[in-house]
This record gives sequence, structure tokens and C-alpha cells, in this order.
Amino acid sequence: MSLTRKDVEGIAHLARLSITEAELPVYVDSLSKILTFVEQLNAASVDDVEPMAHPLADQVQRLRPDEVVHEDRREKYQRNAPRVEAGLYLVPKVIE
Amino acid sequence: MTELHHLTLAELADGLRSRQFSSVELARHFLARIERLNPTLNAFITVTAEQALAAAARADELLAKGGAGGLAGLPLAHKDIFCTDGVLTTCGSRMLSNFVAPYDATVVERLAQAGSVMLGKANMDEFAMGSSNETSWYGPVKNPWDLKKVPGGSSGGSAAAVAARLVPAATGTDTGGSIRQPAALTGLTGLKPTYGRVSRYGMIAFASSLDQAGTLTLTARDAALLLQAMAGFDPKDSTCVDAPVPDYLATLEQPLAGLKIGLLQEFFDSGLDPQNEQRVREALKLYERLGAKLIEVSLPNLPLSVPTYYVVAPAECSSNLSRFDGVRFGYRCEDPVDLMDMYKRTRGEGFGAEVKRRIMTGTYVLSAGYYDAYYLRAQKVRRLITDDFARAFKEVDVLMGPTSPTPAFDIGAKVDDPITMYLNDIYTIGANLAGLPAISVPCGFIDGLPVGLQIIGPHFAEAKLLNVAHMYQRETEWHKQIPKGFE
Repeated sequence: MSLTRKDVEGIAHLARLSITEAELPVYVDSLSKILTFVEQLNAASVDDVEPMAHPLADQVQRLRPDEVVHEDRREKYQRNAPRVEAGLYLVPKVIE
Repeated sequence: MTELHHLTLAELADGLRSRQFSSVELARHFLARIERLNPTLNAFITVTAEQALAAAARADELLAKGGAGGLAGLPLAHKDIFCTDGVLTTCGSRMLSNFVAPYDATVVERLAQAGSVMLGKANMDEFAMGSSNETSWYGPVKNPWDLKKVPGGSSGGSAAAVAARLVPAATGTDTGGSIRQPAALTGLTGLKPTYGRVSRYGMIAFASSLDQAGTLTLTARDAALLLQAMAGFDPKDSTCVDAPVPDYLATLEQPLAGLKIGLLQEFFDSGLDPQNEQRVREALKLYERLGAKLIEVSLPNLPLSVPTYYVVAPAECSSNLSRFDGVRFGYRCEDPVDLMDMYKRTRGEGFGAEVKRRIMTGTYVLSAGYYDAYYLRAQKVRRLITDDFARAFKEVDVLMGPTSPTPAFDIGAKVDDPITMYLNDIYTIGANLAGLPAISVPCGFIDGLPVGLQIIGPHFAEAKLLNVAHMYQRETEWHKQIPKGFE
């Protein structure tokens, strides 16, 4: 699979990543190589094979009672935030 | 005279209990080594000297009074992927270069409850994505066996720190070989437990269906000591398995007579360094002398492990790393003009090249029109590989082969070629895809560089792996070697 610059720009947009002009050809090249590399998977016969999402076959995702178990630690958590005010997280204006 | 840093974790535990030295003395000894030798290795991102001395003093009190935990007073390092309350937790990334974790990972909490003393946070490949510890925002880690070589990755800082005796043991994580490969390249014992054996709570996620916490130690006995404290059910991780934790030390010395060892034919292929193959074959001969039977087994789908992994892992990574948006924690770009600009520049500037490559690979294989061809197909091949392992374990007790195709390579040698770098994990990835426990033990040297023997077991066979590894270490001296300049 060979990707174009436009393809990679599209992927970067979906992934919300700014990519510099200098980085772009590097990613075009390496992502194309990776996608070609993983095409080996086409050699496998996977008809009637159930896709596997969890490595332990007999395990199911456990549910727990919907109860509050955490105390309010907002102040502690907000100390890691880039910008906060009055307990709110600040971001650039979203609605004009 | 035997120096404190020549002792294993088990020997240090004995010394503490018989009052030959105190925990504070131990902490001071290792902190002094870190201060003197870490600038050469770059194995630590953060050293927590003050907290360590306070924790060591508390451990000494408990040791004197009685009622101390199993790891009381023993120094440890944690890979910087584990959240540590009140301590910088970077995951090797600029994105988290200002992140002070607001809680402890379950692994950290359990090891602290058992009385261990954290000396610091170990360097690592950014978000655990790498096999050489060269993708860290904090710079590459050097291999103590040869400072021009990589220590392996992604738990490269943990490996270098233990190999250089800056700390007697460290935690690591293994998504595709990130404990076993650095263990092999630095002459250590590296254990990746069964998926779900150890809680992932507070362990910064890379690929959630593959990630598992484990240990980097000098011996299998030390790995058993640590796993005993780490393993077990945790309601905070929905994939953590609710199964009893056996006494790992109790079965360490079980004789190996009659043990059936499967030799993975697909591992002894042309990609393996002939000298590396020879070291592994010598180890297998020793097992035969201990009464084990060698049986050749073939896992036909195993050669598809690396391509399967490089669809599944990036897919999960692209999803997991979407949480880094510059809003609630971590890095944020300067003066964003709007929300989109903030997301894109924050992530573009905050993530390094390899992390961005994997996010984009994952975004592509999950995108509309490509999902079936890549992701769904990879998940099906993952089942074929897992079924191959299950069939093999009907015939044999454990599987053996090399851990890594070559010994440590030069820093810079593979950074420009992702596929070559990815192929370092050719022998380790299978166990992650199938969720199996696996251990790497030192089995010799090639031109002064250590190489590892990998032992893979069925689900929840950690006790057997530790037993099989320990019995080998009773007969060999490879794990006792110390790199020059770090004696």
C-alpha cells in the first residue's frame, strides 16, 4: 500500500496531529512501508475465524454496581490542567 | 567484600531481617550509586531521594517492631509509566513532562504496602513505544554492558538501572516484549505475567488488550518475590482476573525431571544470529541434563505475529492516546487560535515521531473502508496464533526459544527504519497476542553482550516459569555477571 502526501495529511487530520512540512515525506514513506509490511496478513486464511478482542478466551468484561466510590478530588486533579478558572477547564472559544 | 549492590533482592531481604544493615543504609547506598552513575546511563527520569529515605525509615521501624510486609525496606525503581501520587509521571513523553500523578497505580500501591522503598522513576521509550529506549523525550538510555549500545526497550531505563546495580529490582511493562527484550539485552531476568494477572490501573495505557506489568530483576527468585506482591484481583481494572495467587516461592525448587519443553521451530529460523542460537541450544542441553524432554513444535501462524501486532497495537494506541487533548492535563501548545488548532498543535508538539507514527497507523487501520481489511483481519489472525499456542500446550509444559534475534545494537543504528526496529520483537510479540506469561533469563554472552533464553507458558503458569527459570539459574552463573565499571 503506497500512501500519498494527501492521504497522510488526511490521516493526520483525523488523528488531530499537526505535521510539519519536513515530517510529511518521512511519514508518507514509513506509513507506506508499514502498511505494505502488514499486508502479509492477507496470506492467512481467516474464513470462519472469530475475531479476537480479548486474550483470555473465557473472560468477559466484568460489570460492577453503579455506585460512587471516589471522593471529590477536583482541586487535586485540576492542578495538572493547563488552564483552569473557578473550577472550570478553560479552552479556546468554541461557539462564536 | 560483598558490596550491598552485589546482593539480590532475596539476599537483601535476609540481610534486613537479620539486622546486618538497615533500610536507610540500603537506600543511601543505592541513591549514592544513582547520583554517581546515572549521568552516564540516563536510566532515571526522576529520583525520589527524600521520599525514599522517609519510606526506608518507616520500613526500619516496622522491621524492628515486627509486622513488616514481605518486601519491607527493599529499594525499587518504577518504570515512569506507573502513576505515583505526588511524583512526576512522564511516560517518557513531552506530553506528560509536567504531569504530577494524583494517585498511585495499583502496582505501586501494592509494592508500597509490602514495604518496598521507591528510589525513582525509570526512563522508557515514549508511551512504551520502542525497542531501544531511543524514543524517550528524556533522551536515550545507555546499556551498561557497552555505553554505545541500546539497553532495549521500552523498559530500557528499568533494565539499565538494575543491570548497573543502581537499584536491585524494577517494575516494567510489556506490550510486545518491553520487559523481556531489555532483560535479554542487559543480562537480567524479565517476567511478563499472564494478561490480567496484574492490575493495569494507573499504568498509562498503550495497547489495552496487550499491556501487562511485570518485573526486571537479577534472579527468578526475585521476580517471584515481587510478583507475589503485585499479582491479584483489582476491582479497578475490569480486565484483571479474579483468580487465586499461588505461593510462587513454594514451587521454585521443584525438580524438572519429565518436564516437556517445546522448541519453537519458527523461532530457530534464518533471522536468528547463529551465535545467539548456539547459546540457546546450550541452555536447552542443560535442561536435558536436568531431566527435561525436548520436543520440536511448530506454530504455523506465529510468523504473522509482528504484522498482526502492528495493526492491533497501533489501533488501540490511537484510541487510548486520544485522551491527550491539552484540556485536562499534560502539555498544551502556546496561544491556540481555536479548539482544532489547540488539539492539533498540542498533539503534534507533545508527541514524538514514533508515537505519532503509531497513532497515524492506528487511525488508518480503523478508518472507514479499511477496518475490515486491516483491523478485523488482524484480530482474526490473532486468534489463529492464540489457537496455535493452545495446541502446543496440549503437548508440552513450556515453550523455549531466543528472546531477541541479536544482542544489543548500536544507539542510532535502527532509528530511521521502523520495520527493522519492529522486528526486534519478532520472538516476544506472540506471547502478548495470546496473553501468555513469559520470562527471559540470561543464557550467555556474544562478544561481551548478554543474550536471553525465553520461556513461554500457558495462561497463569507463572509459578512453573519461575521454577523452570530458577532451576536453570541454580546451575549457571550468567545472571551473576556485572558489567565492567559498575562493580
